[in-house]
Amino acid sequence: MRFLKIAKDDWTRGVEDLKKSFRVFGPVKEKEAYDFRLLDKGVLPDFSFQNTRLSPKSTVYPQSEILFEYTLDESKADHHVHKVPEKDYSPRVILGIRPCDAKAFELVRLNFDTPEYKDPYWLSAYEATTKVGLACDDPCSTCFCTSAGSGPYDEAGLDVLLADRDDHFLAKVLTEKGEAFVSAAGWNTEAPDAEAGFEKLAAEAEGKVPGGVPTDKLADKETVALHGADFWEDVAFSCINCGTCTYLCPTCWCFDIQDEVKGAEGVRMRNWDSCMFPLFTLHGSGHNPRATKVDRVRQRFMHKLKYFVDRYGRGIQCVGCGRCVSSCPVNIDIRRVARLMNEFEPAPEKCPA
Amino acid sequence: MSDYTQKIRETAKKLLSEGKVDAVIGYREGTLPLMAEPCLVKDPEKVDQLVFNSFCGVNLANYLPKRKDRVAVVAKGCDSRNIALHIVENQVDRERLFVIGAPCTRMVDRRKVAAAVGGREISGVSEQDGKLTVSGPGYEQTVDKKDVLQDNCSICIHRNPVLADEMLGEKLPEQEADRYADVREVEAMSPEERFAHFKDLFSECIRCYACRNACPLCYCPTCFVDESKPQWVGKSIDPTDTMTFHFLRAFHCAGRCTDCGACERACPVGIKVRQLTRKLEKDCLGLFDWEAGMNPDVRPPLDTWRPEDPEEFIK
Ligand code: SF4
Ligand code: SF4
Ligand code: SF4
Ligand code: SF4
Repeated sequence: MRFLKIAKDDWTRGVEDLKKSFRVFGPVKEKEAYDFRLLDKGVLPDFSFQNTRLSPKSTVYPQSEILFEYTLDESKADHHVHKVPEKDYSPRVILGIRPCDAKAFELVRLNFDTPEYKDPYWLSAYEATTKVGLACDDPCSTCFCTSAGSGPYDEAGLDVLLADRDDHFLAKVLTEKGEAFVSAAGWNTEAPDAEAGFEKLAAEAEGKVPGGVPTDKLADKETVALHGADFWEDVAFSCINCGTCTYLCPTCWCFDIQDEVKGAEGVRMRNWDSCMFPLFTLHGSGHNPRATKVDRVRQRFMHKLKYFVDRYGRGIQCVGCGRCVSSCPVNIDIRRVARLMNEFEPAPEKCPA
Repeated sequence: MSDYTQKIRETAKKLLSEGKVDAVIGYREGTLPLMAEPCLVKDPEKVDQLVFNSFCGVNLANYLPKRKDRVAVVAKGCDSRNIALHIVENQVDRERLFVIGAPCTRMVDRRKVAAAVGGREISGVSEQDGKLTVSGPGYEQTVDKKDVLQDNCSICIHRNPVLADEMLGEKLPEQEADRYADVREVEAMSPEERFAHFKDLFSECIRCYACRNACPLCYCPTCFVDESKPQWVGKSIDPTDTMTFHFLRAFHCAGRCTDCGACERACPVGIKVRQLTRKLEKDCLGLFDWEAGMNPDVRPPLDTWRPEDPEEFIK
């Protein structure tokens, strides 16, 4: 680990130099909002954002991705063979990823990179990616990263962390990938005394993140009792079961597999899916084990705030980015639900008379 | 507290404690400024969570189909028209429904408020005399409510409920409005321009279906986009599939859409989906002299036939 100082005068040149050896993604403003896009020559990341509308998860895990192509036409030599289309896994860098979103990649990895299963698509893209964070000095009112095991200067999942200091960036280079990144950009002004200042900035920023989303007691709750808690119906009432909360979430990882076939030619693809959709759990038989809205809403929160906690023992499946809070069309608020769950006490069992 | 809020609570309390309804569907204070959350109250002691303000843009008619109980529901002008449609389409039983009509004071678009304060954080908002006072870290700014209305509210010509068992206030004057200025612009485009326009309009769609699911009209047990035997439309974010979803959904709403704005309000990426439904609204008005949901006894024009229906297109 070391600190560099990157003068803003030198930023444009460095970013353009990077594009010679990396595909560079960064936040840009399109129409109303910021999102991560591949930056063409001459386009700089726009760091005047608080956070992007969609999370950067799609840079590694696209909403729709072709897994393989096939032909059923037996007159063709390669019929019934799975052919993975050419994919670009050349080095790529995400510039200006917020620390919460970077940490989210580490949570999503738990799903795609396990001892038993390694998802080649996600992993190849992930391994090709260098993540350059932009620390948050001005958190939004809906952020709660510090309650969710992350923070505005969290380094988890990052290769470099940048702090914006008006006329320069302070860069904390964290990994080998980070070293390769700064050298490709030609940034090499050491800032050996930066550490104490950096820590002070981090502490100041952490102090600004709204707190009050307790998650400390979730692990101790009895799963079945929590599942049967009396608040679910009230929590779920307004939900319209759309895909907003899950599609915007940096930690949601579920997908659906689809074949799209024309004549004898087909592709198998995966598309993001959402536990909020009734179709998500619909069996071929027509039976749906999560048949009601209450079941689905409970599933989303139980997965994020209870099952995940118990399964992995590393906190909640949420990094506190606040996207679902601010974009839910009916104002279902995970902060409120976390409080209800964390404070839940089952009604004392009555003695049989 | 607004007069409506007070009256909604009183009415809810009365209906629940007298056993006239099993539950009341209304709005409660949101956890965010500029938001209100739909809620269901069953206990007469819990009616004090109910509120009514300028952020009650969610259409509560969406929560009525398939309910087996007797409910009361707060209904603005557009909501009441969707209720009328539900009645015509046999989605709700009028006998089991108590409508608390709210002559609508027009709803605010929170994205417009955010833009009006330059995208700064909003931590509080209060409203008085047609003005919103918005505050956040280090600032307070007053915004004229009429400048930040939902698009559909600023051209609404039916703010008074078309049916109600109890009204929260006197009828309010209706406005004259040119409802179709932007539709005419699209109509005037060449087919190529129009295609490019729609392609751009839907380019950011993430197929989350918030628009569909917020819409009271979209109560089909299985939406055509979710069918798999046969599968009518692809599920990826391929632009053709995405546009197919939007165009077909709009046609399903023809003659039924009340322009409540719930779809647009729900979209997380701010797509102006009402452009499609308003084109169909305009056509229904021109062809059949029809406005949706004005009368709970008349079926919409696309599922009836009248001898005087225009038929120039069947030549
Ligand atoms: S919680 Fe909100 S965003 Fe999520 S599915 Fe329900 S209505 Fe949509
Ligand atoms: S659950 Fe909500 S707040 Fe948590 S990471 Fe996902 S979108 Fe962000
Ligand atoms: S299509 Fe949109 S405006 Fe029309 S009734 Fe449905 S939600 Fe309301
Ligand atoms: S709500 Fe918006 S993003 Fe979602 S499907 Fe509708 S138009 Fe697309």
